[in-house]
Amino acid sequence: MTERLVKVYPAFERFWHWSQVLLILVLLFTGLGLHGLHGLLPFGPAVMLHTVAALALVVLWIFAIFWHLTTGTWRHYVPTTQGLFKVARFYAFDIFKGAHHPYRKAYWRKHNPLQALTYLALKLFLFPAIWVTGIAYLTYNFWEHQPNASLIFEIVANLHVLVAYLIATFVIVHVYLLTAGHSFVEHVKPMITGFDTVDLTPEEEAYLAADEPRRLKR
Amino acid sequence: MRRNRYVPAIVVAALLLGVLPRLAQAEDGAAVTAKSNSTADHSTFEILKKPFASGPEVTAACLTCHTEAAKQVQNSIHWTWDYINPATGQELGKAHVINAFCGNVASNEPRCTSCHAGYGWESMADGPPKEQSAVDCLVCHDRSGNYAKLDNAAGHPPLSPVRDGAKTITGAAAKPVDLNLAAQSVGMPARENCGQCHFYGGGGDNVKHGDLSSVLYDPDRSVDVHMSKDGANLVCSDCHVTNHHEWAGSRYNVAAHDTAGLGRPGERRDVATCESCHGTEPHEAVSLIGMKLNDHIDKVACQTCHIPEFARGGVATKTVWDWSTAGKLKDGKPYGEDDFVQSDGKHLHTYLSTKGDFEWGEDVVPFYAWFDGQVEYTTGDQTIDPTEVVDINRISGSAGDGKSRIWPFKRMEGRQAYDSQLNKLVYNHVYGPETDTAFWSNFDWSKSIQAAMDYVGEPYSGEFDFVDTHMYWPITHMVAPKEGALDCEACHAKDGRLADLAGFYMPGRDPGGPVDKIGLAILIAALAGVAGHGLLRIVMRRGGQA
Repeated sequence: MTERLVKVYPAFERFWHWSQVLLILVLLFTGLGLHGLHGLLPFGPAVMLHTVAALALVVLWIFAIFWHLTTGTWRHYVPTTQGLFKVARFYAFDIFKGAHHPYRKAYWRKHNPLQALTYLALKLFLFPAIWVTGIAYLTYNFWEHQPNASLIFEIVANLHVLVAYLIATFVIVHVYLLTAGHSFVEHVKPMITGFDTVDLTPEEEAYLAADEPRRLKR
Repeated sequence: MRRNRYVPAIVVAALLLGVLPRLAQAEDGAAVTAKSNSTADHSTFEILKKPFASGPEVTAACLTCHTEAAKQVQNSIHWTWDYINPATGQELGKAHVINAFCGNVASNEPRCTSCHAGYGWESMADGPPKEQSAVDCLVCHDRSGNYAKLDNAAGHPPLSPVRDGAKTITGAAAKPVDLNLAAQSVGMPARENCGQCHFYGGGGDNVKHGDLSSVLYDPDRSVDVHMSKDGANLVCSDCHVTNHHEWAGSRYNVAAHDTAGLGRPGERRDVATCESCHGTEPHEAVSLIGMKLNDHIDKVACQTCHIPEFARGGVATKTVWDWSTAGKLKDGKPYGEDDFVQSDGKHLHTYLSTKGDFEWGEDVVPFYAWFDGQVEYTTGDQTIDPTEVVDINRISGSAGDGKSRIWPFKRMEGRQAYDSQLNKLVYNHVYGPETDTAFWSNFDWSKSIQAAMDYVGEPYSGEFDFVDTHMYWPITHMVAPKEGALDCEACHAKDGRLADLAGFYMPGRDPGGPVDKIGLAILIAALAGVAGHGLLRIVMRRGGQA
């Protein structure tokens, strides 16, 4: 086993991640304002910004889904119980004793099992939920003549807000966990440079050196 | 030298830019002074050159050519002051309803019927005059500007010699009318024709409606984008289209949500709605903001955003009328106080012995309510609950009925007399200089109410008191240009204009519901968990190191 700096986050993935960060923060900020929780932006411009950011995020998601499917990157999110308990125990107990993070990143599996499960849930439930309720909200014009449109609208709007709270909760925990295991900077840096320290078997190292030399930093 | 090459081009461009707006203005100007479409010059008609001794004589001359005109007018609400609401079955119209202003027409005819589109309606009970020559053609069709109606002569104009101190229905000093000049000038009604009655309802300029005042004779574009010379320069009948002398637009049976929209080719002749010109999707549909604004039209009337305030342009409207204080005298004589100062410096009465206390308002923020177009009146035969504010006219509609929209209203606050035994609104006899019962000459409520109740033949216990009332007037005129429309946050805010309208969800107004409580609880739990986890890590590490 050798520790090498391996590119685990290709350019698109980093672009996707950081644009998503920006758009989600814009959406949370404008959304909270539209919901009436702050008045830092005038309502009309906030609606426009919220809508444009949402549409941009939808486009980004479409590209990201395509990217995940065509590159096989989706495999990183396949749930596994292997090591899940260890990671959970680390966050719940061992971390307080100054233990090291039990998960060793592999270049073909860059998330720890708990992390992968969380991201999968985010992608399968929360994001589609905010997407579906948001689009229903946005296209009210097309179904306003349905019976009970007002009631449906109220339910859609409330679900949208509820999911937004859950996504905000994810953001908080996600950012906090960047401080656990390694330092905050060490956690953020790979998502900027693309390279992270990964244990490689001699076979993996040989493969990468031969077939994907650009993923290895000298 | 090279730099100078562009100078001539710049000069030419500047000149063009300067000239183009002028050209556009010239075109607009031509539209403003559009000539009548009439194929007849009434000043050439012999029959209109003969001397006229009265209004009805002019009408008789008109009818020699316009054979059906009087019959048509006599079928219209302008004439009958009678309207059976098809939805509620209530018999309404000025001849029947009690309002929050002067109260009632019956027993006060020659004063109230001074604004009738006819001559000589002396008694409500008898109905309007039957003869065709009693129709007043000139009040609507005089274009000379010299025709007027006296304020107490049941619709007749001032003719020579005019009594000293006589006034017209607009409150101006009466001058003798030249009936020949008026008859030879006739044309389609302009705003001066409609305005002399409709701008002065309730006894003075803008007293009643709030959105119909003398300002509309020549409004600034910011006050009324439709009627301003710098706007569309429309007159009343451009929107209030006619069919056989019957006009579109009703306050008794309002077209509160027009889903038909434009009526091309030609024009619709049945409504005066915004949609009949602007369509049912009036905002630019290809823009994001336009689409969002169009989202609103199923629930929000155009007027709600586009008439930010009423009584704009410098003429105030009466907002409170308390009859209960009327009748106070100083040294046995009636008096008045003029403590409201209008923006133009004019003082308006705040107390009159004849009428009680008043409040006025300019640039008034409307009262908003769900409205399906139906209005039910508290007519004299209905029992009221005097412990509560009595709605003189109840607005029908709700958030969930699928047809109502949020409309702006002038909410007139009144305090008016009712029968304290029978719990019914009473009529009162206010005008009658020759009677010993009229309130405005005798200042005695008992006599005034008794006389009016006898006049209309309704039961009256003889005991009266005063009750607080509200009367609702849909606001639909004084549409501001689009840059003057309300901003989103006028309503989409916790303390916005629709803060009191319940029963529906509105973004920006309604945070703090169960979903927020759940969401915030989760969020706070996460924050607390993270903070606790972090703190524990720090504490434990220190402990471990120590």
